[in-house]
Amino acid sequence: MDQTKTLKNRQAQAVVAGQGTSSMSNNSSSVSDSSAAASKPSALAHMKHHFRDYGMLLALVVIMGLFQVLTDGTLMRPINLTNLFLQNSYIIIMAFGMLLVIVAGHIDLSVGSVVGFVGAAAAVMMVHWGWSMALVVPVCLLLGCAIGAAQGYWIAYWKIPSFIVTLAGMLVFRGLTLAVLEGQSVGPFSPSFQLMSTGFIPDVFSDDRPNITAIVLGVIAAATIVFLAARARARSLQFGIEDEPFTFYVVKNGLIAAAIIYISYLLSTYRGLPNVLITMGVLMCAYTFLTNRTTLGRRIYAIGGNVKAAKLSGINTERLTFLTFVNMGMLAALAGLIFAARLNTATPKAGLAFELDVIAAVFIGGASMSGGVGKIIGAVIGALIMGVMNNGMSILGIGIEWQQVIKGLVLLAAVIFDVVNKNKSR
Amino acid sequence: MQDIILEMRGITKTFPGVKALDNVNLKVRRGEIHALCGENGAGKSTLMKVLSGVYPHGSYDGDIVYEGRTMSFGGIADSEREGIIIIHQELALVPLLSIAENLFLGNEIASHGIIDWPSVFKRTEALLKKVGLSETPSTLVEKLGVGKQQLVEIAKALAKDVKLLILDEPTAALQENDSQKLLDLLLEFRAQGISSILISHKLNEVSRVADSITVLRDGTSVETMDCHADSISEEHIIRGMVGRDMAHRYPTRTPKIGDTLLQIRDWNVWHPESAERQMIRNVSLSVAAGEVVGIAGLMGAGRTELAMSVFGRSYGRNISGSVQLRGKEIDVSTVRRAVDSGLAYVTEDRKELGLILDETILCNTTLANLEGVSSHGVIDDNQERKISEDYRAALRIRTPGVFQKTVNLSGGNQQKVVLSKWLFAQPEVLILDEPTRGIDVGAKFEIYSIINQLADEGKGVIMISSEMPELLGMCDRIYVMNEGAFVGELARHEASQEKIMSMIVTA
Repeated sequence: MDQTKTLKNRQAQAVVAGQGTSSMSNNSSSVSDSSAAASKPSALAHMKHHFRDYGMLLALVVIMGLFQVLTDGTLMRPINLTNLFLQNSYIIIMAFGMLLVIVAGHIDLSVGSVVGFVGAAAAVMMVHWGWSMALVVPVCLLLGCAIGAAQGYWIAYWKIPSFIVTLAGMLVFRGLTLAVLEGQSVGPFSPSFQLMSTGFIPDVFSDDRPNITAIVLGVIAAATIVFLAARARARSLQFGIEDEPFTFYVVKNGLIAAAIIYISYLLSTYRGLPNVLITMGVLMCAYTFLTNRTTLGRRIYAIGGNVKAAKLSGINTERLTFLTFVNMGMLAALAGLIFAARLNTATPKAGLAFELDVIAAVFIGGASMSGGVGKIIGAVIGALIMGVMNNGMSILGIGIEWQQVIKGLVLLAAVIFDVVNKNKSR
Repeated sequence: MQDIILEMRGITKTFPGVKALDNVNLKVRRGEIHALCGENGAGKSTLMKVLSGVYPHGSYDGDIVYEGRTMSFGGIADSEREGIIIIHQELALVPLLSIAENLFLGNEIASHGIIDWPSVFKRTEALLKKVGLSETPSTLVEKLGVGKQQLVEIAKALAKDVKLLILDEPTAALQENDSQKLLDLLLEFRAQGISSILISHKLNEVSRVADSITVLRDGTSVETMDCHADSISEEHIIRGMVGRDMAHRYPTRTPKIGDTLLQIRDWNVWHPESAERQMIRNVSLSVAAGEVVGIAGLMGAGRTELAMSVFGRSYGRNISGSVQLRGKEIDVSTVRRAVDSGLAYVTEDRKELGLILDETILCNTTLANLEGVSSHGVIDDNQERKISEDYRAALRIRTPGVFQKTVNLSGGNQQKVVLSKWLFAQPEVLILDEPTRGIDVGAKFEIYSIINQLADEGKGVIMISSEMPELLGMCDRIYVMNEGAFVGELARHEASQEKIMSMIVTA
């Protein structure tokens, strides 16, 4: 209560100070007037200016179209689409955490091993010790936090490079996975645990296909997005700022809404919306909100952008860096649970090389190696590009060796595209 | 007939918006020590960069005549080939390589890429002997003190057959006896026929070794004095360095000085890495409400270190002393606490320490006081936009909007963004470190107006500046700092550039 009061005070003072200083400038209002008029770009110019933002989305659509044609429509078949989400859910979930880590100017190489270790720990708790799922899930998430904390501590407070600390973590947790499982696979899990990964939202309206619930949820999601976009636009216009031209705004949001409804329709003709898709969706909203709207998110970007300036602005850079790793550990644990549930067994090799897919997804999604830049939606698109390519190439029967080569080249191309784009804008 | 080794004629060098050098002339005779004097920003270093090819031929106007030929250097390598070697203020040695490796870096004694170590060591020993340094060639440079490192730099110059040696503030970081040694070495070189250009603030050193002195001021050469022909007093040099018209460059303000706001007592700080080096010695200062207090001093005097150590202990270690605001002790042990206590510090280096360059004006403006635009950790983006627009208008940041990235702004606009950030943090006392460095004259005037406005609102302002006229034009009181300690305090009516300069050079 007290705190909010002083905050309000500060705001009030700020406005007073603003007015005080403005008294010495008499043409300040005319400056802002002319600026409002200046920021009215055409749809095409806007696209050009934000090429980076939409480039990867465009690439995803093109890649999906390509494989849709090459696989004679197999890619977008409901069963394959469902699998696509199931297969990539854990990568996308970890990409949320990795994005924050990379934005803060660090890297986490240990996540693949943490996936394996947490899956193994869950298997031992449930299968060997007979603990209930209601206990195991929170314990495993806490375990993930602890792992993230153990690594983040050295990175944040001792300034040991994250590359080294998490490289060590990668070895340590892979080794511990083997030790916990004693080299064996442990399973199977209880059916309720499997639902975490392979379950679907039941249809409340009918038992027949299509799954009406899926369509209803899809429509609700699309409507929400359109509503939020309209509200944001209205607010911006209130300030005399037009972020994007009207036609562009309508077409963009129309396409996004249509795509969401179409995909949920496709999924409804199979078994409906997978549980993991909902988990992913909720996390995506939460992390988008965190990065865009909260002081915490803003400060993480500031640290990655210029850690010295952030520190001299009163930001507790150590604690925030620490927290990004704790968060990463928790999400890696969640991914570990989902992956174990999906395979219905914990194996010593679970999560092997996942860190590379996650990191690749974040960089394809436009994050900068030097920190300070990157978006949650970008990381999701990056992960989907990788996922669609994996899936599409597998359907086509392309060997694993060439899949790797192609994926590597796509990663390189995406980053080169970024760099070239950035140099052009300078 | 004099034997002239170097003549620089009519050198003019412009940077975007600033004329750094304006028709400068410099004539150096063979085998003399030629001192170059002037305030910070007078153009000494720029002139030497033109000479050594850092600013290549074509990027400046005028001629460089060296050994009777007109030169057009395209880079440092060209000037070094002719025997012109510059030793910068910041030493350019690789700390984790040995003395021998450093001496021949980029100039290795090798055949087919394979280094001939025996010859390297033999030559290194010979060179070290020449400069009077008794270290083995395999000693790592990081193990040497600053004085010895300076000698290694000179030995490195000798390794390249130097004919004209340029030393930029060589003794700034040295102790007294090391300085003496270095100056003796210069005299020895003179006897061997090597010419030197010595850039120095320390007039006692200059008058001890120099054969002639050229004074620069505001990018022009004021005069050249022959030390053997005329008898030259330090006052004469100082007058040459500082004398200039300074009317109407500062907005007027009638000071309304209130009670003491900030009081720092017995502040002591040690160097963060070498524990035995004391950087700040027993500094005490006070600022009253409505008062602008200046801290004058040369580069390296410890002004920034003082400010940063007070502001959340961002510099140094073993910090001791007390900080009081309105008579009450405040906690400044972290930046957050210092800000919450009512302090703000506008950094000297706005690109490195002040701004997040890849972020927008909006993000930078609210960064130090995100609580002011958020509730429960959620930013109210309307409010944030409104506030940053208010500051943009009030401080006249000339951009189309607050969503511009700060990397694309001019220096003046960038500085205004940093000021917005700290104004929005609602401090009671602002420490401004070189607030107008690298800013054009018009923007400077605007910044001065903002400072005056803050003082009129009853805030305390501490202004650190290397430009003495700026301090004299703006401040109600000026502390003079040298080598980590305050060596004098002048009220507005008694302060003059001559007084400040003589306090520094005689300290």
